[in-house]
Amino acid sequence: MTAAQLELTGITKQYPGVLANDHIDLAIASGEVHALLGENGAGKSTLVKIIYGVVRADEGEILWNGEPVRITSPSQARSLGIGMVFQHFNLFETLTVAENISLGIDEDHDLKQLTSEIEEISTKYGLPINPHQHVHALSVGERQRVEIIRCLVQDPKVLIMDEPTSVLTPQEVEKLFETLRRLSSEGCSILYISHKLDEIQALCDRATVLRHGKVTATCSPKQETPKSLAEMMIGSELPVCKRIAQKRDSEVRLVVRDLSIPSPDPHGTDLRNINVTVHRGEVLGIAGVAGNGQKEFMAALNGELMDSVTGRIELNGAELSKVGPAERRTKGLAFVPEERLGRGAVPDMSLANNALLTGYLNGMLNNGFIDFDRVRAYATEIRERFDVRSAGIDAEARSLSGGNLQKFIMGREIMMDPQLLVLGHPTWGVDVGAATTIHQEIVDLAAKGTSVVVASEDLDELFEICDSIVVIAEGRLSPVKRTSETNVEEVGLWMSGQFEADEGEVGHAA
Amino acid sequence: MLLRLEPRQFTSKRMQYASPLIAAVLTLIAGVILFSALGTDPVVALHTFFVRPLTSLYGVGEWALKATPLLLCAIGLSVGFRGNVWNIGAEGQLTMGAVCGSGVALAFWGDEGPWLLPLMLFVGVLGGMAWGAIPSMLKNRFNANEILTSLMLSYVAIQILGYLVHGPWRDPEGFNFPQTRIFGDDGILPVLLEGTRLHLGAVLAVICTIIVWIFMSRTFQGFKVSVAGQAPAAAAYAGYSRKKVILLSFLVSGGLAGLAGIVEIAGTINQLQPIISPGYGFAAIIVAFLGRLHPLGIFFASLLMSLMYLGGEQLQIHLNLPLAVTGVFQGLLLFFVLGSDVLVRYRIRLISQPKEA
Amino acid sequence: MDGSETAINIMVGTIRAGTPLVFAGLGELIAEKAGVLNLGVEGMMLVGAVTGFAVTVLTGNPYLGAVAAIGAGMLMSLIFGGLTQFLLTNQVATGLALTIFGVGLSAFVGLSYIGTPIQGLQPVAIPLLSQIPIVGPLLFNHDLLIYVSFALFAVVSWFMFKTRAGLILRAVGESHDAAHAIGYSVVKIRLLAIVFGGGMAGLAGGYLSLVYTPQWAENMTAGRGWIALALVVFATWRPARVLIGAYLFGGITILSLHVQAAGDAVTNAMSVFPEPIGRWLLVIINSSHLLATLPYLATVVVLALISRDATKIRLNAPASLGRPFHPGA
Repeated sequence: MTAAQLELTGITKQYPGVLANDHIDLAIASGEVHALLGENGAGKSTLVKIIYGVVRADEGEILWNGEPVRITSPSQARSLGIGMVFQHFNLFETLTVAENISLGIDEDHDLKQLTSEIEEISTKYGLPINPHQHVHALSVGERQRVEIIRCLVQDPKVLIMDEPTSVLTPQEVEKLFETLRRLSSEGCSILYISHKLDEIQALCDRATVLRHGKVTATCSPKQETPKSLAEMMIGSELPVCKRIAQKRDSEVRLVVRDLSIPSPDPHGTDLRNINVTVHRGEVLGIAGVAGNGQKEFMAALNGELMDSVTGRIELNGAELSKVGPAERRTKGLAFVPEERLGRGAVPDMSLANNALLTGYLNGMLNNGFIDFDRVRAYATEIRERFDVRSAGIDAEARSLSGGNLQKFIMGREIMMDPQLLVLGHPTWGVDVGAATTIHQEIVDLAAKGTSVVVASEDLDELFEICDSIVVIAEGRLSPVKRTSETNVEEVGLWMSGQFEADEGEVGHAA
Repeated sequence: MLLRLEPRQFTSKRMQYASPLIAAVLTLIAGVILFSALGTDPVVALHTFFVRPLTSLYGVGEWALKATPLLLCAIGLSVGFRGNVWNIGAEGQLTMGAVCGSGVALAFWGDEGPWLLPLMLFVGVLGGMAWGAIPSMLKNRFNANEILTSLMLSYVAIQILGYLVHGPWRDPEGFNFPQTRIFGDDGILPVLLEGTRLHLGAVLAVICTIIVWIFMSRTFQGFKVSVAGQAPAAAAYAGYSRKKVILLSFLVSGGLAGLAGIVEIAGTINQLQPIISPGYGFAAIIVAFLGRLHPLGIFFASLLMSLMYLGGEQLQIHLNLPLAVTGVFQGLLLFFVLGSDVLVRYRIRLISQPKEA
Repeated sequence: MDGSETAINIMVGTIRAGTPLVFAGLGELIAEKAGVLNLGVEGMMLVGAVTGFAVTVLTGNPYLGAVAAIGAGMLMSLIFGGLTQFLLTNQVATGLALTIFGVGLSAFVGLSYIGTPIQGLQPVAIPLLSQIPIVGPLLFNHDLLIYVSFALFAVVSWFMFKTRAGLILRAVGESHDAAHAIGYSVVKIRLLAIVFGGGMAGLAGGYLSLVYTPQWAENMTAGRGWIALALVVFATWRPARVLIGAYLFGGITILSLHVQAAGDAVTNAMSVFPEPIGRWLLVIINSSHLLATLPYLATVVVLALISRDATKIRLNAPASLGRPFHPGA
């Protein structure tokens, strides 16, 4: 093996209350694709931010080609030859592709020359992009290409990719892997961060596994099994949720017909002629690449998007499209939004007050006055029933971990005993243990007759818990398929918008 | 070594109480520096500023008297500020409250009865509400920034007052001075304490404070305002109407500022003049923040701010210092209040640079 | 001849009345483009006005006064910058505090200067160009600061759209997190923008006390700082529109002055309107107080009209405007 391109020894980073990195050692050889594997909160992001100079380590040493270096800023990291593609893109929507890429370059350069360079790289590595387009007009996949090209124009020796596939269709993932393999064959090392075991096995030469901020193993993933990798990552076998085989219930619960809504956000996605039906006890998954209208569709179901709505939303036969969230809740609709802090919960308020936020219908009000005893009892019940780990019900929402806050919010909504529960990315940023609990909760709820609509970018998750799947792309909805009658390839194809939209099962009469 | 802010895992309850005190102490220190720079003995000056006004019963009466409009305006503003609704036009709403209430007194001049005062107060409140409703409707209907519109309307209100006292409402027997007639006895708030000017308005202010306190801490509508202020997306998710919060905030703050205006006229001035407030409506913004938007805090903050007004007058009388010192102090105090607030959510750490790798 | 002279006088007056708004508006525009909402413009203008005036009285040189006004505005804005960028205070509240402080401080400092006469900045006729009929008196026979305001407009437009620094400024205003992650010093860039805004607000105040009036009076800005803030919104964050808006408001101010001076002619003109309206208009015209409300009312009306299109505002407003940035995580 060649000498290490980048080597870390004893990297330690302490945040208030968490030891994010605990004496981490890591070595990446030239041209190697090296996986950094670990679940949410294991310390992967902190470590790469240290390598890229965004965050400084408290202790430890970084060696570049065997020479000790101090990386104090991203621009210094770039000048060494380190490039990074962030999970949350660092792009400016109102600027053009070329301007965005230009902002990532420190040396003096000419924007025109840069533009032709972008076109060159774009063809060479199969990353089609128009440098003159504004970023707000790009799809998520295209945005990722901008991020990658931004790194490639600087001819990096090490490229860091932070969870790059969560925003791609399966077919796009394949293309990305081709690009990465090509880069690696040209001698560029790649540090690939993920918690998806199959990807790591498909792509990576070696892997460093993190758990609770510590390195638990270094291995060669192609010689491991998913089971052994999972054990290194979470300390036990990957838990799976138990599904009870169900027969299809014919009782219609939710009907959405010809729903169209222009997005209030100028950079958002308009919903176009959406038709879907959900039955009693059915778990319907909404697959799709981020930014294709999931956010808008969820908000529309919840009643937050009410301006210029056309079409109908019916729950148990009652027309809801003209009433707001509060009234929809009285009709049996509950919603757990993707953003937990700031939307699903008020960060600086106690869990008790956050129980009141939507739980007030459960007898917490008395002539407009709040019955605080009832509020506290309700919050306590959520906490106990859904195993929310917090410092009591007076703890502020923001002090909870992602998984615990999600359990709390879900608990609050489930205790409303809804007819229909709408979930946005329920396990996003949640550790494996909590994710399994949440999946089990969804499946059990459906078994009791509640209908569930769950949007997720994680196809594995949808195939695990859903009875049927529908794809959203550019604000349009695909036909609904039984999970057992479709597969990742078909859904992936649909995610890129290649489907004939369903005109509605009940719409044919028209 | 470096000073660094580090986010706290939990907001510090202790700092929530301590930070206004820290701000007050820092203002005192700034005062010492300021007075020394002006060549005045800081001990004498601070004594004159903070202690001397309260050495007589009359002085104590004045203290509560000036705190009254401040408390009324600030407690109203605090509702909006909690809801992230920025009414900074309390001065205008105060003025319109005074104008409308006084209009009643003038309309029934010489033909009055015990019903007059309640009617004046009621119309004063309505006047303030109406003036406050304009920015809220412009915000709800046209999305116009309420900070700018409410402030612009303050300038308009003050000019309207000027027009009235220079023109149609000028006292016909007033030797052409720009002021209205002095109200009859039925249009004047009764004095509470013999030997002072302290009037019933102070009691009204305290009652209003208690009502707002109950509203914000015990009612669901008050809870909705807090949610809308802290997490607008959560409020939208839960289905709380943003527009309702904006309208409510402006009606409450406008109404209370209007009450402050008419109470100031009916209790203290007893006629309209071109200038009826030394900027109570603006100072109330400081009071609201100094009191951390909490009714009890605002109560004490209004007393402190009132003392600053009195202290400024004392400095002018006894040490020949300009009245404008009060304004400087007010600004400084607000800076320190805002600055020390950071301690609630962050801790300041002395850190050494990481060692060379 | 007489009529065209009046027209030119009104237009020159419009430019003079609009110039403080040009300075303050363009300064605030840069700050807001960096994502900072500084509501302390009024306070910075007042302190600039009083400082410029005092320095002119002390040195006898109004140019030194103008420079001092810029310096005073910058110092004021540093208070705001320190609080909002380092102590992460709420920008709205801090800006209000800056205005309240500025009102008090300027009144305090200016006490001994009330009524003091000064020789303000005099017009500098540009040779030849100022001789051109109409255009000459309109554009080339002004005091130096008006030429500076023209130049400032050109420089700000060029900076924002043609330079890399301008690109970085806009990037920081749009997403401070992204800018930070790429490696730009958000706090440093914002501080510079704040200080520029402060300097221009100070100069705007200086223009009022050194040229426009020229004298010092308490609260002499009379809300112009707030109008400048509103202008930036009207202009949907574009320099050319700030310029147009500033002259528009200058025009309203000047017209309301001229309307009263015109006397009978205007009274007769009002008889065109149907009865109650004509009488009401006369009431307004005959009251200097009611006429003085016009710029404020115009601001409210235009603000409502422009803001009505929420999408347009959201597309143009810097996305990070007013949001605090903490580089900790």
